[in-house]
Amino acid sequence: MPAEIYLNVAISGLLTGLVYGLMALGLSVIFGVVRVVNFAHGEMMTIAMYLAVALFASFKLDPLLMLLPIAGVLFLLGYAMQNWLITPFINRPEHAQFMLLIAVAIIMVNGLLIVFGPDAQNVQTSYSFDSFAIGPLIIDATKVYAGLAAIVVAAALFAFFKFSLTGKAIRACADNYTGALVVGLDVRRLYALTFGLGAACVGAAGAILVLIIDVTPPLGPAFTLLAFIIVIVGGLGSMPGALLGGVLIGVTEALAGLLFTPSAKSMFAFAILVLVLLFRPEGIMGKRAS
Amino acid sequence: MDRKPFTNSPRVTRRTFAAGTAATVSLMASPAILRAQGAGLKVGVLLPRSGAQAGIGQDCQRGVDVTAGILKQLGYPSLQIMNADTETNVEVARARAEKLISDGAQLLVGAFDSGQSTAIAQVAEQKGIPFVINIAAAPPITEQGYKFVFRNFATAPMILSDAFVNQKEVFEASGVAPKTVVFMHVNDTFGTAMQKGIGGLMPKFNMPYTIKETISYDPTARDLSVEVSKAKATGAEALMVVSRLNDAILITREMVKQRWSPMGVLSMGPGWYEDQYLKTLGKLADGPLSFVPWYDPNKKVSKLLEAALAKAHPGINLNTNQIYTFEALMVAADAYKRAGSADPKALADAIRKTNITDNVSTGPGIQFDAKGQNDKLKNAGIQNRAGKLVTVAPKGATNAKAEWPMKPYDKR
Repeated sequence: MPAEIYLNVAISGLLTGLVYGLMALGLSVIFGVVRVVNFAHGEMMTIAMYLAVALFASFKLDPLLMLLPIAGVLFLLGYAMQNWLITPFINRPEHAQFMLLIAVAIIMVNGLLIVFGPDAQNVQTSYSFDSFAIGPLIIDATKVYAGLAAIVVAAALFAFFKFSLTGKAIRACADNYTGALVVGLDVRRLYALTFGLGAACVGAAGAILVLIIDVTPPLGPAFTLLAFIIVIVGGLGSMPGALLGGVLIGVTEALAGLLFTPSAKSMFAFAILVLVLLFRPEGIMGKRAS
Repeated sequence: MDRKPFTNSPRVTRRTFAAGTAATVSLMASPAILRAQGAGLKVGVLLPRSGAQAGIGQDCQRGVDVTAGILKQLGYPSLQIMNADTETNVEVARARAEKLISDGAQLLVGAFDSGQSTAIAQVAEQKGIPFVINIAAAPPITEQGYKFVFRNFATAPMILSDAFVNQKEVFEASGVAPKTVVFMHVNDTFGTAMQKGIGGLMPKFNMPYTIKETISYDPTARDLSVEVSKAKATGAEALMVVSRLNDAILITREMVKQRWSPMGVLSMGPGWYEDQYLKTLGKLADGPLSFVPWYDPNKKVSKLLEAALAKAHPGINLNTNQIYTFEALMVAADAYKRAGSADPKALADAIRKTNITDNVSTGPGIQFDAKGQNDKLKNAGIQNRAGKLVTVAPKGATNAKAEWPMKPYDKR
């Protein structure tokens, strides 16, 4: 097999992995601060994907241009969910939080089925079938745009947490909950803001991902699982870890499909998960429990 | 404030409880009996209306939608349709079949997919309820010695045998044949049965090509870029494929993006001729050849079905999904008419003696052998042309000449 095929496939996996990483970043942010595992994460992403499909079908608006408005809608959804639905469960046992978010996920899947039906839907932009030829390499143009958009969104999120006062306050809540209360931070509002940001992140990922794959309502649970694999591999609560995990899973799946059999490529993602759990349970970039 | 004591409520005795239960049971049973007498045979139709095969399941449903009017015109008794969604899931298919039977279904029809149909066949046989398969090609379904399972659809070896004959006809007519192909197939029950069948049957047909590589993929795959890269890298002259609908669209998109235009696409399954494929891909949908169970456009009932579909669903091309779903219901109505009863055993005996020559599918008609298989079905070669489907093989049943090799994607 020609060497450029390996490079082609690895680049394709890398670009898709960046979008996966952005999606998982939302999950990591929420868990890292609020300590709630969002079991409706993939379902929230399918909502964003359907918003992109609806906007494109009605007004021919490119999902990349609609990325910010869609992220905004998901932010509001996340903020409202945390503020009114999840907050009463914050101090309840984890299984109660788990059941709540599973219920929310099921409602979302069935709601999407009622509204949009079961057919796969997609967005066909003017560049949907374009590719860049660089020497012997042929790179999917859509994946290049999607990968770049994922990098920009992730960088903006990193900058927000690093440089803004609100971002620093959220990090303070994550580091020391009691300390944050003592210094007078409005933890409830900051938690809602964090959940909103995580949801906005997954909203942006959905708007980008709809350029690469078709959306159906049952896609949600599959992506929730994928997000979990990525954040566990990268390190639960670690933002750079989520991106790294996404890229690692994307490239591994792509190369495994090429070198072994494509129908077993998901198996390799799970194999990485098992190895990480065995030898580095905190994830590649996660912090060891003291 | 004191609560009202419970002792004030009427006392329930064993006698009143028994009377109430009897009344409830009789109320529940009476309408069911009346319905069964008045509304014809209760037929449970199981289709993948959601999940990965939703598009095809809904296409089959269009066949269900237009059946009642045609059966009436042909003098068959009416059917009471009970719909169920298998959710493209074998276990759900099994559970839904059990539920339909417990809800009073007297005959089952479905389920497009071999895996799901296998599960339903086991339930039908266990419960003694006739099951008429509309579409499912895995051979073992009718090799189990079942007494209540019937299939009016070609098995994988039948599809492959006719496909090889029809492909050679197309190659000879155009004077161009590929020397190598790469074979991509979905790794579900149907795809695996076809893959096994190719290994056994291809040598007998002296095909002009050899298979350079076989690539299988998951039926729920969301991205087939790796698979197509691998297929392209083999350098094969043509793509041979057994797929479903969503994956057919994904493969085509990737072929265009990866700038791979083989001599042609030779499909031996669904996907490439579906309306959703044609509408989604527009001019990029033109060219693939599908070698599949099809219909004889010259038959009277075919014209009735075409007209009914055109009226109910304008712009939808008549295809395998509607044809064989309609015929499965036709078998049910015919058996009910001859049996004169909804008794499952009488229905199964009547189905076994089916002899419908006034039908839709290619071939002499609908009859079942001792295993419950219609072994007289014939397949055709069809090609997508400007959003329409034309029949290019076998000789005598064509309405167009195949465009082979197909036009490259970058020249459209």
